[in-house]
Amino acid sequence: MADHWQPGIDPSSLHYRSELLQSLRSFFQQRQVLEVDVPVLARSTVTDINIESINNLVSGSSGYLQTSPEYFMKRLLAAGSGDIFCLGKAFRDAESGRRHNPEFTMLEWYRCGWDEHQLMDEVAELIGQLVSSGTDAQLAVTKLGYGECFKSVLGVDPHSAELASLQQLAVNASSDSWAQENRANCLDLLFSLSVEPQLPDGLVFIYDYPACQAALAQLHLNAQGQLVSRRFEVFFNSMELANGYMELTDAVQQRQRFEKDAEQRSAHNKPAIAIDEKLMAALDSGLPACAGVALGVDRLLMHLLGADSIDQVMPFSWQRC
Amino acid sequence: MASYSTNEFRSGLKLMLDGDPCSILENEFVKPGKGQAFSRVKLRNLKSGRVLEKTFKSGESLEGADVIDMDMQYLYEDGDFWYFMEPDTFEQHQASEQAVGEALKWLREQDICVVTLYNGAPLSVVPPNHVELEIVETDPGLRGDTAQGGSKPAKLVTGAVVKVPLFLDQGDVIKVDTRTGEYQGRVKE
Repeated sequence: MADHWQPGIDPSSLHYRSELLQSLRSFFQQRQVLEVDVPVLARSTVTDINIESINNLVSGSSGYLQTSPEYFMKRLLAAGSGDIFCLGKAFRDAESGRRHNPEFTMLEWYRCGWDEHQLMDEVAELIGQLVSSGTDAQLAVTKLGYGECFKSVLGVDPHSAELASLQQLAVNASSDSWAQENRANCLDLLFSLSVEPQLPDGLVFIYDYPACQAALAQLHLNAQGQLVSRRFEVFFNSMELANGYMELTDAVQQRQRFEKDAEQRSAHNKPAIAIDEKLMAALDSGLPACAGVALGVDRLLMHLLGADSIDQVMPFSWQRC
Repeated sequence: MASYSTNEFRSGLKLMLDGDPCSILENEFVKPGKGQAFSRVKLRNLKSGRVLEKTFKSGESLEGADVIDMDMQYLYEDGDFWYFMEPDTFEQHQASEQAVGEALKWLREQDICVVTLYNGAPLSVVPPNHVELEIVETDPGLRGDTAQGGSKPAKLVTGAVVKVPLFLDQGDVIKVDTRTGEYQGRVKE
């Protein structure tokens, strides 16, 4: 529409956005983390059942806009890059709303030899610096295990509960259409609708995610002896901000997970995505022990500027493009 | 009736939910980074007027509701039903007491109302924003008391009771805002 020629961001926020990008870069430069600018267009992409890549034709064959820089960054790590960060664009199809735009800015970084808890501390330092710059505001930081957090709100242990009881909770929280949902989807619904609004203000780290939501994280036993994933999520005033892993380095396990994704994609009539064999070859050759995290820069800006909508913090959101 | 997928949900869209026609008030896209996307929808049940919240998985679809809003002239009531006419076609529709609802106390013959039709039958009636009605019952007017504040109840010809200034009398015609039920002014005959 012609009346949408103007940017969604106001001039002072545009300056703030530029300063934020510089602050993020200098944070990592001071810590000797190398900036890498990996491709956003590639022949392969993620197999995740819930992430859709935008597929273009490049010289007659598929070219996917990358949903995160993860696979390229892991190939660099396997090639001996050491600690790296990437500040760039990521793309996800069919994601549009107050907190989503199909094209967004992502900050992703990897720390070799660190575990996920050390990385959570670094996320807190980074956000703490940004929040307190220019003011004496202190950022409240809370760390909670997924299981205890879920149980305290819903009264059920998410790791040991029967699927039927999770489905019943999901139906109660939403509608009958959740009665046949799988475990991961029921947990996502319940966490988003019931747990997230109850999270404390400030920065909240939720760690030890359910094993069925491991994605590319290692598995281990939690303090109660339950199998969980070494994945964490960061919430800022109840909004999801970042997602991190103690990275899975076992190529055999990783291939099994990708194959399971493919089965689910086919069961749900979603487009088939071939496994990224270059990533697999890199894992085969050896990914160093590392922890990694990806953070939504536009959402971070929403918090720092007190904006209600992602449209107000980026020059042109999809509705204006 | 066509069906609508979650990505077509927008405010004002009329859908069938649990057998009742509903209108979307708000739709929010929710998606955990790695998780299932869904739509949190706030809807108004057009039969009961109740507002409810539902969550649908992205890609789910709901049947559209055959609901339209139409300007119609109020004709008369026969004790059981209230009759409305489409001004263009002269087609008449009978509305139940439940459908007429609150509009009942403002309806005057020949006024133009908005009638919501569901499957061709009146589901609800919205009276004009402003109506002019005669006072049929109130305490005697205090002439010359126009400057002072204060009000008194007055019963109107349609049965509605509104607060009016003290100087008004039985037989006066007043203008009322039907959305708030407030007195707007006296209409000079």
